[in-house]
Amino acid sequence: MKKTEKHLHDLNEIRQIMERSTKFLSLSGWAGILAGILAILGTAAAFLYLDNRAISYETLLTLPQGDTASAPLSFLIADAMIVLVLALSGAVFFSYRKAKKSGEKIWSPVTKRLLFQLAVPLVTGGILVLILAGQRNVHLVAPFTLVFYGLALVNAGKYTTREIVWLGIAEITTGLAATGWSQHGLWFWGAGFGIYHIIYGITLYHKYDRKTVTHG
Amino acid sequence: MDNPIKKLNKDFESRVRLGVMSVLSVNEWVDFNTLKDLLEVTDGNLASHIRSLETNGYLEVKKQFVARKPKTSYNITQKGKRAFGEHLSALESLLQ
Repeated sequence: MKKTEKHLHDLNEIRQIMERSTKFLSLSGWAGILAGILAILGTAAAFLYLDNRAISYETLLTLPQGDTASAPLSFLIADAMIVLVLALSGAVFFSYRKAKKSGEKIWSPVTKRLLFQLAVPLVTGGILVLILAGQRNVHLVAPFTLVFYGLALVNAGKYTTREIVWLGIAEITTGLAATGWSQHGLWFWGAGFGIYHIIYGITLYHKYDRKTVTHG
Repeated sequence: MDNPIKKLNKDFESRVRLGVMSVLSVNEWVDFNTLKDLLEVTDGNLASHIRSLETNGYLEVKKQFVARKPKTSYNITQKGKRAFGEHLSALESLLQ
């Protein structure tokens, strides 16, 4: 029946418009995979650096702040910052590419809402971690970056695809575990930012990116 | 017997009006340009459909100046919410 087809079409269109107007759908799986690889490289660089200086992450945490600790700490912070900047640039690049392909606008009210929801926990966590580092609570830095990153993702879940909520919960759990076993913080950090991102990226790619590719 | 076809709202027959109502039923105060981008329609086309929805009392209009440029935003009214909800239920029951 022709009428039924039109009704079905109408309903589908309503659903699509509702989703498109409330969710940022241009997050690409490639961004997650790239972020994961960068984080693993960053973690490997940290371990190599510490190995070369013959100190373990665990002893670094217990060192009193001063000359012996400050160089490795600066290295770790710079290392993490480089990973963060490159991963963010990758996310922006791949989102931009995907939005362009699907004809969506990258800068919309939804994007602004999404960024705001991400930014509040991230900036809070960033400042908190800097304060903690300054107060010689270096062992809390890696765990808390995981926890606050996870909170940011769960918070953003309303404005993008749902998979991000699961990634967020995994990051929070790992961050809490890392707080309990903070001597292994670097390992947890590598798992949380490296491996989880890769799994998330592959999931996203299979679910959304591939479809757009095959449909042209 | 109730005929669900009779419950379909003629006001929402056009694709553009259906789109406007869909966006406004899940977003508060959406401006003209955002609607235009989301629905991929021309200025004139969108404006005329919005006017008819406004005349029916389905949406309210707010005009303001942002950075010296006029900006018109729209929000769904209670009446619009009810009418659109009934239209959706009618569509769904027709497909069952």
